[in-house]
Amino acid sequence: MIFPVLTQSQKRSIGVLALMGLIGGGTAMAIGELGMRLTQIWEFLLPILQKLPIPEMASQIAGMVIECSLLIGFISVSVMFMVWWERKVSAHMQSRLGPMTTGGWHGWAQTIADGIKLILKEDIIPESANSWVHRLAPVLVFVPAFICYAVLPFGSNLIAVNLDIGVLFIFAISGLSVLGIVMAGWGSGNKYSMLGGLRAAAQSVSYEIPRVLSIVPILLFVGSLKLTDIANYQSGMWFGFIPRWFIFYPVIGQIAFIIFLISSVAETNRTPFDIAEAESELVAGFHTEYSGMKFSLFFLAEYAYVFLSSGLTTALFLGGGSGPLLPTWVWFLLKSFGIVFLFLWFRWTFPRMRVDRLMEFTWKFLMPWSFVNILIAGAVVLALGV
Amino acid sequence: MATELIRIPGSDFQTEEMILNLGPQHPSTHGVLRVVLKIDGEVITAAQPDVGYLHRGTEKLAENRTYPQMLVISDRWDYLSAMSNNLIWCLAVEKLLQIEVPLRGDYLRVIMVELNRIASHLVFFGTYGIDIGAYTPFLHAFREREKILDLFEEVSGARMTYNYIRIGGVMADLPEDWIGKCRSFLEWIKPRFVEYDILLTENPIFKDRTQNIGIISKEDAISYAITGPNLRGCGISFDLRKDEPYCHYQDFKFDVPTGKQGDCWDRYWVRIQEMKESVKIVEQALDHLPTGVPNAKVPRIIRPPVGESYAQLEAPRGVLGIYCLSAGEDKPYRVHVRAPSFINLTILQKILVGMKLADVVAILGSIDIVLGEVDR
Repeated sequence: MIFPVLTQSQKRSIGVLALMGLIGGGTAMAIGELGMRLTQIWEFLLPILQKLPIPEMASQIAGMVIECSLLIGFISVSVMFMVWWERKVSAHMQSRLGPMTTGGWHGWAQTIADGIKLILKEDIIPESANSWVHRLAPVLVFVPAFICYAVLPFGSNLIAVNLDIGVLFIFAISGLSVLGIVMAGWGSGNKYSMLGGLRAAAQSVSYEIPRVLSIVPILLFVGSLKLTDIANYQSGMWFGFIPRWFIFYPVIGQIAFIIFLISSVAETNRTPFDIAEAESELVAGFHTEYSGMKFSLFFLAEYAYVFLSSGLTTALFLGGGSGPLLPTWVWFLLKSFGIVFLFLWFRWTFPRMRVDRLMEFTWKFLMPWSFVNILIAGAVVLALGV
Repeated sequence: MATELIRIPGSDFQTEEMILNLGPQHPSTHGVLRVVLKIDGEVITAAQPDVGYLHRGTEKLAENRTYPQMLVISDRWDYLSAMSNNLIWCLAVEKLLQIEVPLRGDYLRVIMVELNRIASHLVFFGTYGIDIGAYTPFLHAFREREKILDLFEEVSGARMTYNYIRIGGVMADLPEDWIGKCRSFLEWIKPRFVEYDILLTENPIFKDRTQNIGIISKEDAISYAITGPNLRGCGISFDLRKDEPYCHYQDFKFDVPTGKQGDCWDRYWVRIQEMKESVKIVEQALDHLPTGVPNAKVPRIIRPPVGESYAQLEAPRGVLGIYCLSAGEDKPYRVHVRAPSFINLTILQKILVGMKLADVVAILGSIDIVLGEVDR
């Protein structure tokens, strides 16, 4: 059966989705490049501000605050969307409906309600916990996730800080989160939490290595660590129809992509690599003893990292914002959320790996293959003189 | 259980063993089981299961209840397969009374018990997925189980504690069109087993977590009196339905699946195959369902003669037996339940040693205990 018979409500849903897509696409095209528009707004405001009796220092700080608020706003909204989306995706994979009532249309306001509930909850610090370590841990987990967004290119000209060492910066800063997880595990004064923290430390340290090594071939080709350079390098087409994205580089691109994706899933502590949380073994691992807002910071950080990994994958392998018709930031978001969907798909399909097998997998499988990939890429670069 | 200091040879460095209380409040102990684990890092050096948190004293209660009243309590032992519990109590009492159940009654019992076996193994399949870390199989299994419970609800009025199989037969004959509904359910569930294989059975991560984990040798299985799928997973073909048929099981054609080496995956695989065999049995029973009344004539007040009886059957979790002693009154003098979950659980402290912490839930899940039956 090539054309499945659709019910009336399915036809209606498809119609609504198509209409939403058209309206959304039209709006996006009308807005155009977001980076360009923001620059225009800035250029419009700057002369007005200069006439006002404000010291230049203050206006610069105000500019930074606005930039940060935009990023925080984006992270919060995208996390809220992702949580709702994950619930819907998992529900449909498990022949359920998921949230349906809160907010009316398919429970869209469920995450807002959850957020309010988490804020209003009592904040408990267990008696056996080390109070300061316990309090500091969620902050230390979330802050690096937020900092990393500063160098993520959301589209052409849409980047908060265009660092020359953008890729390295993201790996270095996101690695700091492990510290927070270990602190949470140790500081909770709970045996299960401690085991979770130790597992998380071992896992993150191990998977960092193949993750960095897997993108060395890209750096060999591009010759720069700047994320915008890497994204620009991938624009254009081969033979007029294959995009010059890194994932389409024969053999090298695919190996690198798979290793990077697997290590990214492991870095974000999600199934099948969620051994640090391991609900059925460690009862939630490092965040067993957290409640209320502190728990929601862990939650926020997890989803922030999921989107960060997806955005990084998009920038490194899927050509960043390159694509026809629509503006670059729309393409970037579309591709990133496509990768986010992969993350969700993995989570609701696979069982959890065991901690020692996980280590074997990274050291005995991912590492050698990433080295092989670097060798091949190096040979190609030498031979072709790219 | 005391911890020991572990000295690392050639250095001043030393570590300490840790005692970890797995349960009674833990998501993966399938109820209120407590396992005291002594762990060295992630490796288990000793394990001590602690049962009794759900003890309700049903064996003692039986001494103060009439024979039909005890049937209600029997539902509460293994609450995932209450039909088997009903049946074993009835078989034991019928032995005392020397009653022959009509053929239709026996066939109805077989249908119900086998459907219940499918439902029980579906719960195992789902919860085992959760133990290993996969959530989706659980909800898929419960979707199927829901349909079986709907069938039971139509027959008995209850969804969990059926009280359907009665002394001398069954509570009531089948409702109208129940056979058709049952047949359409059987047709519907067959392709689901293929889905399960794709989703979990053949999943490389799942195989990695379960193969060569928690191996029970044939000798151990026999000396610990392991029964049911756990025994058949070791490669021993022992099934009371074949070896000591009751309720006319000899009329049905079915295979007894056996595993190869007795690891977690074999035990899991045996249960999946058993569901397929149960579907076959129910189909045959529906095809050849005899006509007539399902119930035998039973005296109004059941007062068996002085004597004793032991009946056993193949429950989803192993050999479920009842020893019933009658002093000639309307209440039993003494009742003993041979609960398969309880006896299967005894091997836990032997096979856990040397395993990783993550394997505890995998092994415990593969033994498939129901705490209501362990503690009774």
